[in-house]
Amino acid sequence: MSAKTSNDELLIEAGRSDLHYWADLWRFRELLGFLAWRDIKVRYKQTVLGILWAVIQPAVQTVLLTFVFGKLAGMPSGPVPYVAVVLAGQIAWMLFSSAFTGVGNSLVSNTHLVGKVYFPRLIAPLSVLAIAVVDTLIVLAITLPLAPLAGIVPTWRWLLLPAFMLAALAVAFGAGLWICTLTVKYRDFRFITPFLLQVGMFITPVGFSTQFLPNWRDVLSLNPLTGVVEGFRWCLLGPQQELYVGSLVASLATSLALIVSGLWYFRRTERRFADLI
Amino acid sequence: MSTANDPVIRANGLAKRYQIGRAQPHDTLRDAFAHRMRHFWQRLRPKPADGSGSRSRTEDFWALQDVSFEVRRGEVVGIVGRNGAGKSTLLKVLSRITEPTRGSVAIRGRVASLLEVGTGFHPELTGRENIFLNGAVLGMPRAEIRRKFDEIVAFSEVERFLDTPVKRYSSGMYVRLAFSVAAHLQPDILIVDEVLAVGDLQFQRKCLGKMRDVTRTEGRTILFVSHQLSAIRQLTSRCLLLSQGRIEADGPTLEVLDRYVRAEEQPEITGSGRHASIREAGLVTEQGLRVTGLHGENRLWLEVVVETDGHPHSSLECFLTDLDGTRLGLYSPGHFTGWRLPPIAGRHRFRLPLSLPPLATGRFGIDVCTTDHGSGPDHYVPNAVLLDSSSLINFPAKWELRKEYAAGYFILDAGDPRPVSPSPA
Repeated sequence: MSAKTSNDELLIEAGRSDLHYWADLWRFRELLGFLAWRDIKVRYKQTVLGILWAVIQPAVQTVLLTFVFGKLAGMPSGPVPYVAVVLAGQIAWMLFSSAFTGVGNSLVSNTHLVGKVYFPRLIAPLSVLAIAVVDTLIVLAITLPLAPLAGIVPTWRWLLLPAFMLAALAVAFGAGLWICTLTVKYRDFRFITPFLLQVGMFITPVGFSTQFLPNWRDVLSLNPLTGVVEGFRWCLLGPQQELYVGSLVASLATSLALIVSGLWYFRRTERRFADLI
Repeated sequence: MSTANDPVIRANGLAKRYQIGRAQPHDTLRDAFAHRMRHFWQRLRPKPADGSGSRSRTEDFWALQDVSFEVRRGEVVGIVGRNGAGKSTLLKVLSRITEPTRGSVAIRGRVASLLEVGTGFHPELTGRENIFLNGAVLGMPRAEIRRKFDEIVAFSEVERFLDTPVKRYSSGMYVRLAFSVAAHLQPDILIVDEVLAVGDLQFQRKCLGKMRDVTRTEGRTILFVSHQLSAIRQLTSRCLLLSQGRIEADGPTLEVLDRYVRAEEQPEITGSGRHASIREAGLVTEQGLRVTGLHGENRLWLEVVVETDGHPHSSLECFLTDLDGTRLGLYSPGHFTGWRLPPIAGRHRFRLPLSLPPLATGRFGIDVCTTDHGSGPDHYVPNAVLLDSSSLINFPAKWELRKEYAAGYFILDAGDPRPVSPSPA
């Protein structure tokens, strides 16, 4: 490695948009892996219940939402039990919110690294995605085997779930990049994130399905997460679930815009991170 | 393709500006908002002609200015300077952590920077896990870490605690483990900031030894910041002296260090005594050249200028101390031979022949005082002279033991102070 890089000359200069950046990102992929591994390892250290925490939180939420929307509000759920509708939505939401929060805090929580070593800073927000994925996989591993109890049989659609997980991560990453860059300068965004998530929870069809709210479907589809959440249901809950293409398109378009603009802002501010943070 | 004389680092007119006063002008949105509003308000009003009331409460601070230098392959370069001289900023620019405001650096080869011991260590992870994590943070490929794992562990001397979370380590163990990882890095260019200042003495020595081996046998380029001048002297052959963000000297280590110690660190002599006062003190060579440390001169002299009122019972005394102020040795011509300052009012310059025992590596001070025989010290100047010693350099160990004092031996030769020339008052 060094033999090859030895003769490459690296130029450090003010305002230089680094041509090597993306190559560097690839060269530092091992660090990406190590940071992800560190976060996962450390996550449930010194807890009694350990990894169970990944399950407890969505379980409690699901019970609550099922009670509020299914029982109190009496929303319909089609052929599947209401709890299944909520759980599918909850898994999608959990993946998003955990990735979003993680990405948003990723630079500030790695302050000591940013100030002391060089690496393409994009490594930080990328590495925290792993933890969200791992948590989600744990919940899936526990809930999917139980699906037949609710009368849900596995279909080929289950195989498409990774695509929708990717879509959830895309929204989270794009939005999170903005938050994480802004947090370096304005710590206010550490407080804004939980607030955004709280609001998001209500305007995202987590506790109910838009399938039974045709009048509201287009409005709700403006939220990029609607397509993702409904996508999870379409994958997991069986053939009766419809996939509303409009919401999916809106979701993909929004996340693309967020990622492109987020990357632009991130890269633009990146070279001042060490001075600002 | 490239020869040994190729420059691997070429810095050209580097400058770095920070804004101080309100270092991060808008740390919260509220600040930013308030600032915008003020800005807006000021634009509505006509500007005062003298520019007062301008919005800027920030002040530019140039941490680096117009810094240019070249480093060739295999060179080991020390960087010295006072706190705030720009040393760390320079290292941060070179290691790409922060961007220069102006100027450029061209670097050839893989750079690893060690600006802190144990960067990226996670307290919850075990020693074993942290070796891998820290290695990755410092840019070591995983395969290389695995290959050197045993070596790293052996060097760190913490085998027994390898599977204990490092939060349970003593700070010494922590530092040892961290440095061991760093010591096994194999970059083309290694950038090291004051990291040896931590850890116990024995381990520090081991690290210095390791770094020396690396530079000698593997021809690695190293940039090395330290306040331990003895370490700089042992490791480097060339030195940059930074002062207020500029390069003040660039040359052979010994010359630059002497200049640095003289310019920046020699203490000022203040105060005075009742009858006799120290006015100047310094080390000189046989030829009368000022020096600041022991590095191979055959013979050193302590030159002292004393101003006396002609009191007949004044004499001189010196103590060799370490920097904690512990007295290691005494020289007292007044006590030893009954020598007195000449009873003539005015300034007198004396040379005292120094013959030091082989001192350990490090920094020492010489307290110089005038005494009034019968009533004790008159004008006492602690650390009137600072003295750097490098144990690696063998100077002729020709000293005389006359008398034991405290834990050590007295340090100065028997000869009485010798007037150089009584200068006019």
